[in-house]
Amino acid sequence: MTNVALVAIACGLIIGLGALGACIGIGMMGGRYLEGAARQPELMDKLQTKMFLLAGLIDAAFLIGVGIAMMFAFANPFKG
Amino acid sequence: MAAENHAPTASEYIVHHLTHFNTSGEPQKEIIDFTLVNWDTVFWSVAMALLTAFLLRMAASAVHAGIPSRFVGAIEAVVEYVHEQTRSIVRGDITYIAPLALTVFVWIAFMNALDFVPVDLPDFLLRASGLDHAIHYHRIVPTADLNGTLAMALVILFASLYYGIKIKHFSGWVHELFSAPFGAHPLLAPFNLLLNLIEYAAKTISMAMRLFGNMFAGELVFLLIALLGATATTWGAGLHFLTGLGWAIFHILIVVLQAFIFMMLTLVYIGQAHEGH
Repeated sequence: MTNVALVAIACGLIIGLGALGACIGIGMMGGRYLEGAARQPELMDKLQTKMFLLAGLIDAAFLIGVGIAMMFAFANPFKG
Repeated sequence: MAAENHAPTASEYIVHHLTHFNTSGEPQKEIIDFTLVNWDTVFWSVAMALLTAFLLRMAASAVHAGIPSRFVGAIEAVVEYVHEQTRSIVRGDITYIAPLALTVFVWIAFMNALDFVPVDLPDFLLRASGLDHAIHYHRIVPTADLNGTLAMALVILFASLYYGIKIKHFSGWVHELFSAPFGAHPLLAPFNLLLNLIEYAAKTISMAMRLFGNMFAGELVFLLIALLGATATTWGAGLHFLTGLGWAIFHILIVVLQAFIFMMLTLVYIGQAHEGH
């Protein structure tokens, strides 16, 4: 297995596993938000603001991983 | 992409577009190199800061008693929203914190919005104006440069340290450094200190890298979509337009959301400095 092949597999793993965690996290949070909104519709707007904030925080590690994986894909620092 | 004897390959195109215009004129070789300055980041962040200041000043001077115009009304809505958020998160004197939050929000939103400039437009303009002899590489989004975002995150770190020391006084702040979160027992002091240092570092670095990762990935997807158009076929051009449209519309949300998140985290960290653990 060449260096380039290993870097390609690494990029796939970084993006795939990161997406797994981020999507499960957002799914759980979104489900709780919908339940809360169904219970108390008057809190829907306030909770929506906080939901978007949390969505950004949950996505953070995933997108950092995507940035790093993209950098490996195009400007590979491992001499490949 | 000056006159070469071959057209760039896909990788070369992307690598060219990911290179900063720095003081050495060449792509950066080391990961960390303190001798270089990315002039494109500096220029565009200062330009957007001037635009922010100019716009907000224009709105402030147009305020008068009576029904506001649409522009003033829009700016007032933003200012009121930021003020409300600051009030609810930070207890204490917000004379300088609310304007900091507003600046962070509007400035970062403008810097992120530079991502909507078509990928090859700066290249075209540089060639048309003849500047491409001096400027070989150029990246337009300052927040897609880790230097830009880390600089802003460091300012927020210093602000939270400043307010922490100011509110709790130096001795109280140092006491909290050694006694939170595990407790005031002297044996726990090194663990408390370690955890507090890690917390400060993690908050700053995660703020910087979150914004960087979002904007860098967004820029890279725009570059990949541009490569679709570069195939110069009907399918390529059609898909270029459609995917570009879809991604740009989604990116509108990301641009504003990331600015909002940076602002909220600024407020939360400065609020934490006010109240203590």
